[in-house]
Amino acid sequence: MIAIKDLNKTFGKNQVLSNLNLEINEQGVFAILGPNGSGKSTLIKSLLGLCIPDSGEIQFKGESVLKKHHYRNNIQYLPQIAKFPGNLKVKELIAMIKDLRKGAIRYEEIIEKFALEESLNKKLHALSGGTRQKINLLLCFMFDGDLIILDEPTTGLDPKATVYLKQLIREEKDKGKTILITSHIMQFVEEISDELVYLLEGHIYFRGTPDSLKQKAETRDFEEAIASLTEQD
Amino acid sequence: MLKILKYSFIDLARSRWTYVYLLFYLALGFVLLFLNNDLGKGIITIMNVIIILVPLISTIFGVMYYYNSAEFTELLLAMPINRPLIFIGQYLGVAISLSISLVLGLGIPFLIYGLSQSAAIWDFSLLLLIGSALSFIFTGLAFNLAMRNDHKIKGFSYAILLWLFLAVIYDGIFLMLLIVMEDYPLDVFALIATAVNPIDLSRILVLLKLDISALMGYTGAVFKSFAGTLPGMLVASGMLFLWTAIPILGIFRKSRRKDF
Repeated sequence: MIAIKDLNKTFGKNQVLSNLNLEINEQGVFAILGPNGSGKSTLIKSLLGLCIPDSGEIQFKGESVLKKHHYRNNIQYLPQIAKFPGNLKVKELIAMIKDLRKGAIRYEEIIEKFALEESLNKKLHALSGGTRQKINLLLCFMFDGDLIILDEPTTGLDPKATVYLKQLIREEKDKGKTILITSHIMQFVEEISDELVYLLEGHIYFRGTPDSLKQKAETRDFEEAIASLTEQD
Repeated sequence: MLKILKYSFIDLARSRWTYVYLLFYLALGFVLLFLNNDLGKGIITIMNVIIILVPLISTIFGVMYYYNSAEFTELLLAMPINRPLIFIGQYLGVAISLSISLVLGLGIPFLIYGLSQSAAIWDFSLLLLIGSALSFIFTGLAFNLAMRNDHKIKGFSYAILLWLFLAVIYDGIFLMLLIVMEDYPLDVFALIATAVNPIDLSRILVLLKLDISALMGYTGAVFKSFAGTLPGMLVASGMLFLWTAIPILGIFRKSRRKDF
């Protein structure tokens, strides 16, 4: 589904991605991990066309995505920070997104589960961080694409909402979708992901299941195993 | 693109500043006509205001809108929309709403003072057309500067400096060069130097139409003797069109390469 070849990206003098190669053909949940500044966000943004790579190739479903935009119809994306035009009401924002991108199918159900009815008539700048994140999730999950990209999906969510988020992710996975997640909450990652992709200094340092990582690190604690990845050198 | 234009437009229609701008022109139109009580003289005064103020306001508005809609832009960028169209849509939203404010704000007072029965209607229409062209040009320049500078203060400063240069400093340098080089033939130089500055170009265009030789100055006279009134106006209009097209091309180019 995703094939990335020799991807390079520098910001100024800072080489963020260096000859990164990644191929994901399976369905399931893939956690993209790595220390701060390891290139996770840049990788995701390159895949979405928000960042323009210096060199390399990105293919989605067998076609190059560089300088294209139609392929994004098939991607559901959750940005890391829930930024919206502040002077819009929530329902106006939802109407606008539905107008700009066709194919929104399940917003009513998600609004109900996240208890967003009361917020619909409020302006976006008046909302709390957690509520804004719920809106962010709603705008992502109301569409139907083959690939879902979630950048820090749990930020600011209360436990009830986190439980529903996990349910949403499992439902989408059962539909046969590929889901990429970045998160700093290791407990969440361990619980939800089928495979880990660990980035270090702009390329892929480790790839495997959570269990294989624990075996490799000779520990039963997932967080420790992740931390040991960087300490091995 | 039309949808983005629509939402930018809705966004601006809610903005207080759009109405402040509109009210300012309404007030200006009424006050000038009240004081002059003569449509012809009112037009000349308004020309001077338009030629300096429209670029300034368009520049500030353009930069401000670009930075303020960063969130909206990021939301759109992840959607299946062609990148350049997002920015062109926003640009058109700002430029069109500024032009509408200008046309309504000045048009209403002049219509009330009996413009439609006056011979000045064509001069006045040309003035509004040029004002709109200046709105498009300077909003476009502002968008270009803002897209190339992620740092807001920097983007703002460059935009204001650009306005200051084209509206004030340019003329000063131009005039000094004319004085220093007065022993040489300067026609071609003056012609080119005028065409390169959209503000000077607009002034010449209006003065050629009004046919007021006394106000034309040296460059106006050169323009007139170079091409006569009508061809001179055509050349000047063509240059103004180029001035509108080049910033739009700049937005296109930059939007294909920019990282977010």
